[in-house]
Amino acid sequence: MTRYAGNVAAIRALVRDQEVHRDVYVSEEVFQLEMEHMFPNSWVYVGHDSQVPNPGDYFGTTIGTQPVLLVRHTDGTVKVLHNRCPHKGTRITSETCGNAGKFFRCPYHAWSFRTDGSLLAIPLKKGYENTGFEQSHAASGMAPVRHVRNYRGFVFAKINDGGLDFEEFFGESLSSFDNMIDRSPVGQLKVAGGVLRYMHNCNWKMLVENQTDTCHPMVAHESSAGTVVEVWKKAPPGTKKPMAVEIIAPFMSPYEFFENMGIRIWDNGHGHTGVHHSIHSDYSAVPGYFEKMTAAYGEDRAKAILGENRHNTVYFPNIMIKGPIQLLRHFKPIAANKTLVESWTFQLVDAPDMLLERTLMYNRLINAPTSIVGHDDLEMYERAQEGLHSNGNEWVNLQRLYSPDEAGQTNVAVNGTSEWPMRHQFRAWTKFMTMGM
Amino acid sequence: MSMLAEAPLKNATPTDQELIDFVVREARLIDQQRFDEWLDLYANDAFYWMPLEWNQTDPRLTCSLMYEDKLLLSIRVERLKGARTFSQKPKSRCHHVLQTPQVDSRDPTANSYVTWTPMHYIETRMDEQTLFAAWATHHLSVENGRLKIKLKRVDLINCDAAFGNIQLFM
Repeated sequence: MTRYAGNVAAIRALVRDQEVHRDVYVSEEVFQLEMEHMFPNSWVYVGHDSQVPNPGDYFGTTIGTQPVLLVRHTDGTVKVLHNRCPHKGTRITSETCGNAGKFFRCPYHAWSFRTDGSLLAIPLKKGYENTGFEQSHAASGMAPVRHVRNYRGFVFAKINDGGLDFEEFFGESLSSFDNMIDRSPVGQLKVAGGVLRYMHNCNWKMLVENQTDTCHPMVAHESSAGTVVEVWKKAPPGTKKPMAVEIIAPFMSPYEFFENMGIRIWDNGHGHTGVHHSIHSDYSAVPGYFEKMTAAYGEDRAKAILGENRHNTVYFPNIMIKGPIQLLRHFKPIAANKTLVESWTFQLVDAPDMLLERTLMYNRLINAPTSIVGHDDLEMYERAQEGLHSNGNEWVNLQRLYSPDEAGQTNVAVNGTSEWPMRHQFRAWTKFMTMGM
Repeated sequence: MSMLAEAPLKNATPTDQELIDFVVREARLIDQQRFDEWLDLYANDAFYWMPLEWNQTDPRLTCSLMYEDKLLLSIRVERLKGARTFSQKPKSRCHHVLQTPQVDSRDPTANSYVTWTPMHYIETRMDEQTLFAAWATHHLSVENGRLKIKLKRVDLINCDAAFGNIQLFM
């Protein structure tokens, strides 16, 4: 039974000012429409260009559920190609990343393609003479994603031709990328340390919402962060606070801390927590780092860069970055009730190794399938995914600190415990779901 | 040697059988959820390491699934007892199947003994049961007449796969 396909009114009715219908999380049909409309209409994160440093290097990933390749072309630019042979549909690469050399070769019938996707050669080409092959889709090779933007190393792509251009889509939100990159004395990041992969039996939007949910840490994470605080109290006086305690303990900060830290709202579903301070504010200084930053930027600018303590910046639809520790989480939708979470870490080029060490420790302690903090969150998502099937109430409440005049506002900083960012993400969700429908 | 009580070593240098018994006992303590006794098997400067990468050599600048000192291990053990540890309501249970541990090296002068143990580990919670295959490497030393773990390294055969929650200890 289809309820939502082609029915703009029905889709709009799923999102009210202060609540959303459970079908946005549990309906397979809504999920399919997200893949057909919402993701292709949005600028979606593909990867970082340091993952493909040399010509021929490729990295396989997804935009929504569509398989794509990030490729370094022979002319040095990065391309995003649909990862499908134009002949029979075979996925071209066997590994997630590698080097194709000068061309891709399909393992099924040996059709080959230049690294920009264009058709290079077909065996037994004579068989296509006088068949009108030149006019076929197949003759144009592996289809490139036409709209690609490399923003200071971070590569985004938009599959559909319609919609907003890159600047219009992201606007002021790019300042969070700028801050993360500027933390390198040479203004450059590099993917480093490996990627953590964590399978979640829940809808991808639950993860995105949770990035700006500041009313859950001291409740859900009492088990992990609360235990850290309790165990640490028993340490002999004068013991140096370990990096692990610095990382986990702030999750237990009181409501007041999160209220005061603030949330910023930008256009199109983007925004960040930690306007004034955050759980990353009180990390110990890393020896030699500030000196390097001062030498590179001057003292005032170095202080301004490092003084930003943005906690989680959400880029709609499905990534979050943490500037102060150079981490990016990618929430990859698989089904209405299944999401792959990839947590990527970055090295600040020309900065002390200890910063990467802290980044990796954070990732391991918070985002790993073996992480106790991650266990707390996933338990809640999976309980929600099940609980939403109750017919007792079909609506999810997002009402906290609602204001009737908020819909048109942008670039405002509000109370850090507001659910405005989630309402704002759903306004964007409706916009990109129904755009061109 | 009784599997229930930890016995001091008979001599200053452990026999191969004593090393093997120790590794087997460690797994049993986890399976029986005797986590405080389990933690006592670890030296104060011990690490528990579960690499994320095949043949990983660096736990510091390459991410791991776990690389935890005794403080973090004790936090995990305390957390399992917590009244508001929701991901452990109901609790997980686990089961180890070990091959006989092999003594890879013994160096009494350096007080260093290394064993290698292929194993299957099953973790279960509610209706889900998950099987993991791994190799455990124990780096052991003698402290006050008893064996202690200096490093336990658990290499999963699918270390780089996307997992759901892994909640206990392998």
